Amino acid sequence: MTPETLAAGLEGSDPVVNTAVFALFVAATLVVVYRASSRASSTSDYYAAGGAFTGRQNGIALSGDFLSAASFLGIAGSIAIHGYDGFLYSIGFLVAWLVDLLLIAELLRNTGRFTMGDVLSFRMKQRPVRAAAATSTLVVSFFYMLAQMAGAGGLVALLLDIHGGVGQSLIIGGVGLVMVLYVLVGGMKGTTWVQIIKAAMLLVCAVLMTVFLLGKFGFSLSNLLSSAADRSPMGGRLLEPGGQYGASGTSKLDFVSLAVALVLGAAALPHVLMRFYTVPNSREARRSVVWATSCMFVFYLCTLVIGFGAAALVGPEEIKGAPGGENSAAPLLALHIGGSLLLGIVAAVAFATILAVVAGLTLTASASFAHDVYANIFKRGKAEPKDEVLVARLTAVVVGVLAIIGGILANGQNIAFLVALAFAVAASANLSTLLFSLFWKRFNTAGTLCGIYGGLLACLVLVLFSPVVSGEPDSIIKNVDFHWFPLRNPGLVSIPFSFLCGFFGTLFGKSKADPALHAEMEVRSLTGIGS
Amino acid sequence: MYHLERPTVDRNALEETTQLPVILFTHGEPQPVPRTPGGPDYGRIQHSPEFVSLRRRLRRFVFPLSLLFFAWYMTYVLLAAYAHDFMSIKVAGEINVAIVLGLLQFVTTIVITAVYVRFANRTLDPRVARIRRLAEVADR
Repeated sequence: MTPETLAAGLEGSDPVVNTAVFALFVAATLVVVYRASSRASSTSDYYAAGGAFTGRQNGIALSGDFLSAASFLGIAGSIAIHGYDGFLYSIGFLVAWLVDLLLIAELLRNTGRFTMGDVLSFRMKQRPVRAAAATSTLVVSFFYMLAQMAGAGGLVALLLDIHGGVGQSLIIGGVGLVMVLYVLVGGMKGTTWVQIIKAAMLLVCAVLMTVFLLGKFGFSLSNLLSSAADRSPMGGRLLEPGGQYGASGTSKLDFVSLAVALVLGAAALPHVLMRFYTVPNSREARRSVVWATSCMFVFYLCTLVIGFGAAALVGPEEIKGAPGGENSAAPLLALHIGGSLLLGIVAAVAFATILAVVAGLTLTASASFAHDVYANIFKRGKAEPKDEVLVARLTAVVVGVLAIIGGILANGQNIAFLVALAFAVAASANLSTLLFSLFWKRFNTAGTLCGIYGGLLACLVLVLFSPVVSGEPDSIIKNVDFHWFPLRNPGLVSIPFSFLCGFFGTLFGKSKADPALHAEMEVRSLTGIGS
Repeated sequence: MYHLERPTVDRNALEETTQLPVILFTHGEPQPVPRTPGGPDYGRIQHSPEFVSLRRRLRRFVFPLSLLFFAWYMTYVLLAAYAHDFMSIKVAGEINVAIVLGLLQFVTTIVITAVYVRFANRTLDPRVARIRRLAEVADR
């Protein structure tokens, strides 16, 4: 990257405006979080906001949790540079909600209280299954968080004109601090309100940019597409599938693998699952999914226009040359169409997105550790609620520090791609066991443990020995090559593998399923009796 | 501005155990975790004809529908991965089959969501309410 292109990426960006808009958001949300916090130390308040949100509120918050920096920055960049293949992310992320709606959301809401471990361990041996559930929750949340924080560094460079490593690290540290504050002060209630505010800002922003872009091209999608194709070095191939993944048989398979991970991952993300506990009953959980799907329908339609719009108006060279690379497509587009004020707003929204999503992840990780590990494994379910919340808050601080360190270390990769990896881990470790546990009578403790650990290990090992980590020019570890697994996304192999592990673990495990507990779980999940 | 404070009445019955009807428990004592002996007779409810019918209806609806949308999604993905020529056929202006099929995925997602919500509201909810009445659990 030459200094000239760097400067070109920043021309017209006004750090004062950017900082002011972002500071306004942080101030407003902190006030809301402070007012929303009841300062009660009950576990239900901290983890599930007392189950007192409506379906609509929770649905909008769900879309806030789900529309991460990957959706906004990553997809737009991916479409602008690689063309149509980037659109797969939008489609996969949206269709994935049908798994939640049809198979998971309502049953999960009725069965559990605070964490994914509540459901998985319901009719199994408590301690080993909770330990497994907490492990997978922490791993998935960490992957997801890494992806979010990876976007923060480039964004800081683009927005505040800070290029030194120390300066950027300080800003990431500051962002992390605000995020931990949300979680500590607000718990689930405060975090939910942050998500609602952020989701509304993000949606309005995306819709306005889309309408403006379409207007610029005479409200003709076809005109916009042809301008994008003219500007791109790929020409007409920008609009066709295969631009990124069409080169060889392996890359085509990689595309399929990514698609499978995207559609099966959403229903297995612990921070999404945990949101269903913030509503009073399963009907509101259903409404939550409907509202979330509606918000995302609009948003992901916009990503198509924003992505190709960035290709048409900004051009791929400028996007690649800007600090933050692919991830800077949407902010640069804002700069081109609305000047430094719109850049400030879009950048602040992007920052707010990272902040809010990381806060949600922190809350989930801390809840899982405090509820599953501390209260149920260490204290065997006899922990004082006050102590449990204290442990959760302490964990939140630790997770926050880890997120800050991760954000400083991770940089450069497309964040949509990193998030897809987190989806693959989630789908491999959690989806098979959740579905078996809800729908298969014979499923037992051995099956649960095999499914979680088998899927998790398979996924991590395949990523470790994939081109993501070594062997390619853009790998994380350069100049060494120890990869033997050809695909960048392991989902196609690791997800079916976890289903097989769960199945055979159940058949060969010594522990038998408990019919009484199965009766309770089935009745409870379908009717809500006892929940 | 939104109401940030909510009345405690809306709370999850789990938390306020005193809200659960005492009749649920044969010992007559409010219990913090309802999965202990003395809670509702889950085995009896599970084998009641109403519950069996609810479960069958639910499964007969969501399993085929899940398979359907997954198959349709994978068809689209496989076409995008392996049928570049077909996907590149222009339909109107610069809009090609790939974009049309992609947008169709959006449409089917909304349609399936609407179909399920209609089914759940009309078929599942009344059955759940009836089972809850039979089990003498207050409707939430």
